[in-house]
Amino acid sequence: MKISYYPGCTLKTKAKNLESSALACLDALGVEYEELPRWNCCGAVYSLSDDDLIHLIAPVRDLIRVQEQGFDTVLTLCSMCYNTLARANELMKNDEVKRGTINDFMDEEPDYKGEIKVVHFLDFIRDEIGWDKLKASVKNSLNGMKLAPYYGCTLLRPGDVSIDKSNSPVVFEECMEALGAEIVKFPKAIECCGSYQVLGNPEAALKVSNDIITDATAHGAEAMALTCPLCDYNLGHRQEEMLKKYKGTKALPMFYFTQLMAVALGVDPENYNLDLNQNISQEFLKGKNLLEKVTT
Amino acid sequence: MPIKISKETADEQFRQKVKEISGEDFQKCYQCGTCSGSCPMADQITVLPRRVMALLQLGRKDALEEANTHWVCASCHMCMVRCPRGIDITRVMESLRQLKLRKNEDIINPSEISKEDTEKLPQVAMVSGFRKLTS
Ligand code: SF4
Ligand code: SF4
Ligand code: SF4
Ligand code: SF4
Repeated sequence: MKISYYPGCTLKTKAKNLESSALACLDALGVEYEELPRWNCCGAVYSLSDDDLIHLIAPVRDLIRVQEQGFDTVLTLCSMCYNTLARANELMKNDEVKRGTINDFMDEEPDYKGEIKVVHFLDFIRDEIGWDKLKASVKNSLNGMKLAPYYGCTLLRPGDVSIDKSNSPVVFEECMEALGAEIVKFPKAIECCGSYQVLGNPEAALKVSNDIITDATAHGAEAMALTCPLCDYNLGHRQEEMLKKYKGTKALPMFYFTQLMAVALGVDPENYNLDLNQNISQEFLKGKNLLEKVTT
Repeated sequence: MPIKISKETADEQFRQKVKEISGEDFQKCYQCGTCSGSCPMADQITVLPRRVMALLQLGRKDALEEANTHWVCASCHMCMVRCPRGIDITRVMESLRQLKLRKNEDIINPSEISKEDTEKLPQVAMVSGFRKLTS
């Protein structure tokens, strides 16, 4: 089965480490994919106003591109892209009136009715590869790594596009467990990191991000796995600010889950792009002897 | 703070507008407070979501215009998935934001973001932030 791959703008720039590691994992797992030609930015957030359909044009256009490409499934990596494309798809599937308006407006494009399946890397691996096969492909187990998988919001909410049970998801934990990690469950794993409020209310965003990190370390985490470049910015790149402002907060290395998967699957370390993470992340893997293993 | 109820303070047009943009019926809210208890931004917000609902039911446009709720809301959808009355509160917050943005009342000015920040911020932060906080 061959699928379409939708990168999104951040993965081509600031989050190259998410893309390069994920694609290397797909190769290692024998998944055939082709990047969506002529994709456009999905708009990052799904339109929440009844009278605003114009912001649906961008994600729907991407879905039409997938159909033209001849695939029935499109894979996303960034949680925000996943949410925006999946919600636009649900609307095109279920809302006859709005679908009609959007299709009429884009009269240069073929009509679209929500036939494409939008998946995220996590549910794709669960449903198409399976944990057993993933486990069998592990070359360097993450054995002994106390890892806190952090979902954030957009993979789980709202319910109609959730990749698992909105309130008690397990898919992320199961995935990292298959790679050998020791899972640290923490209540704030499904709470918001502050999202775009990093622009409007950076202090408020810093506070909620700090709460997430403190919760994870209080439950014993020594590293965190992420799925989204905005989470990585709020929780990772702003950690220095956090450590200065909040006494008692402990530094926590951040990784895209696909980077850890790439390590576990033993793919060429060139694909980890760890230089885009903070220094402590690289140090942490070295400390666990996970970087040497691959290169020797 | 007591909420004043009178015909003079109830802005029916405002109520209708919020209903129209959000597509949500906030009259269904029975004031359980689950949304306020679920909101990650609660301690930064001046009027919590439960109270936003109450003020909407009473058509108190004046009180809601002073609130910072819709500007601090991060659209995390936690209130929405937990509301026992099935109200999509996140859409209600969006409609309050939209009513301001459509009058060109922006909360951030992209040209004021420092060069240093624009170099660091991921695209997804800027695209989503501009979508939510600028007109
Ligand atoms: S969600 Fe963000 S990263 Fe993804 S395509 Fe849209 S704007 Fe770009
Ligand atoms: S956790 Fe943060 S960045 Fe990630 S989806 Fe939620 S708000 Fe967005
Ligand atoms: S959770 Fe729903 S019913 Fe309860 S106060 Fe909030 S909006 Fe009203
Ligand atoms: S969507 Fe907004 S109001 Fe609702 S819980 Fe999240 S931040 Fe609070």
